[in-house]
Amino acid sequence: MKSLVGLWEKNKMEDKEKKQDSLYVKLIPYFEKYGILLLLVIMILVMHILQPDVFLSWRNVTNVFKQISWQSMLALGVFMVIVTAGIDLSVGSIMMLSLMILAIVAKAGAPWFIVVLVPLFAGFLCGLVNGLGITLLRMPHPFIMTLGTLYIFRGTGNLISGGTPISGFTDEVRYLGHGRIDLTWLGLEKSQYLPVSLVLIAVVYFVFWVFLNHSRTGKWIYAIGGNPSAARASGINVNKILIIVYSLCGFLSGIGALILAGRTDSGYPNAGLQSELDAIAACIIGGASFFGGRGTVLGVFAGVMIMGILRNGLNLMDVSSFWQQVLIGSIIVLAVYVDVLRRDFGTRK
Amino acid sequence: MTSTNKLLLEAKGITKYFGTITALENVNLKVHEGECLGVVGDNGAGKSTLMKVLSGLYKPSAGALFFEGKEHVLDSPKDSQNLGLEMVYQDLALAGNLPIGENIFLGREPTKNIGFLKFLDFKKIQEMTSAHLEKLKINVKSADQKVEELSGGQRQAVAIARSTAFNAKVVIMDEPTAALAIKEVGKVLDLINKLKSTGVGVIVISHRMDDIFTVCDRVMALFQGTNFAESQLDKTSRDEVIGWIMGKK
Repeated sequence: MKSLVGLWEKNKMEDKEKKQDSLYVKLIPYFEKYGILLLLVIMILVMHILQPDVFLSWRNVTNVFKQISWQSMLALGVFMVIVTAGIDLSVGSIMMLSLMILAIVAKAGAPWFIVVLVPLFAGFLCGLVNGLGITLLRMPHPFIMTLGTLYIFRGTGNLISGGTPISGFTDEVRYLGHGRIDLTWLGLEKSQYLPVSLVLIAVVYFVFWVFLNHSRTGKWIYAIGGNPSAARASGINVNKILIIVYSLCGFLSGIGALILAGRTDSGYPNAGLQSELDAIAACIIGGASFFGGRGTVLGVFAGVMIMGILRNGLNLMDVSSFWQQVLIGSIIVLAVYVDVLRRDFGTRK
Repeated sequence: MTSTNKLLLEAKGITKYFGTITALENVNLKVHEGECLGVVGDNGAGKSTLMKVLSGLYKPSAGALFFEGKEHVLDSPKDSQNLGLEMVYQDLALAGNLPIGENIFLGREPTKNIGFLKFLDFKKIQEMTSAHLEKLKINVKSADQKVEELSGGQRQAVAIARSTAFNAKVVIMDEPTAALAIKEVGKVLDLINKLKSTGVGVIVISHRMDDIFTVCDRVMALFQGTNFAESQLDKTSRDEVIGWIMGKK
């Protein structure tokens, strides 16, 4: 009886402790959701103060969006993969191979709508190869499969193109990467146009936000990242979902190839070299967790923006690109350390 | 007390070989409506194998399963779920990053159609979750709380709620209190009693005599893959059951 009373007292004390840290605990989800946007806003303000005339000018802002346009596609694809606690190292190579196929098909004189669809299809197939390899060949970790295809896809891209650039596409093919939406009807000047690639980013990110948050498949992607055996026990076909995720990641890399074709008017062997690392970095900065199951589409977008603004701002200030590397690296480490701290606070042990 | 209730699940002569190893030999098991059967046995006695046969994960080498008097061949856990037989796994099988409601309905989420697209119906998930938790008297702050923020006992309660969200008739629980703090064990055992009172047949595998003697109506012991002993709970004692586990009658 005495021990029961003691237990009751102890419960009461624990309840008190809970009340005290509840405000703190309540803030964490908001910080988790919007903290990264806060960082983005701070960065924009700092850059604006440092470069008041240039940074927020129409020309520079559209420039940033044009620069991040294809990276944002790779990052979104890699993000979905990271949510499943996987990794895709091959997105840069998928983009390069898709770009090379696009260039060859364009040079062969195919009509523009074929040329536009080809890289999307090629990217999707590359992703499918990754997904099938990871599930059917039972690779111990997606790292290995996609490391393999990182070499395979780039090598294939060089083989089919002979390792030389192929240039010159029609305007229709270049539209998504290079097109401009005229805003003079709003009373703006001719130079104040809207890049088509910016609209594309918005549309693609919105569609994938809906997909990940409001569809069953999207929910299952998060569930697999949270606990794959729970997903399996719930009757979810985990392998099928993984194949879908890697295929979509490839598809998004294909969109990246189409944008890049528009921007550079050329298929070239070094396209997307090391861009898989940029994509992973953007996801991590944006709050996606390597342990899987965590992260938001908005966060990834913020991550891409932060990297884009950092590069752009440092370029404007004439800072050496070596410093950019150091800074981006530091931000990654800092972002993940914040993730570690958040796990300490947010999860019961 | 329960032998007069309707027979829900019966396993007859279940035998399971793994290569040359005999994991189960001619094992029989019965569960009635609103009854809790405790299954005890030492490590390697065949408890887990038997449960995996019942849930459709393993196919028995010989023997048959009857559900509400009809023979069924189970090809996968989906088949047993469709019959109303649910398993609560020892490792809880919950996704910590998802809220309670989404865990309970994981894989079977209600959706609503907008045009030709199907979207998750979050409102329905929350309403159904709250109603279900209310029915089982499970206290959590809200159905939107993430599972990783819950205590071990609350998680176990969610796992049990999950198994019963789709009109389960038989629930099999593998060591339901093994990972819990002492003060939470009672809550989970209460929940098992609650399930029984709604007419669900419960099978509890446990090493803890306290659990067995708190919630079970009948206890059976497996020893080296065979039925060793079985008794109504009020006709046996802890010492006797412990003896059975070690192979002594």
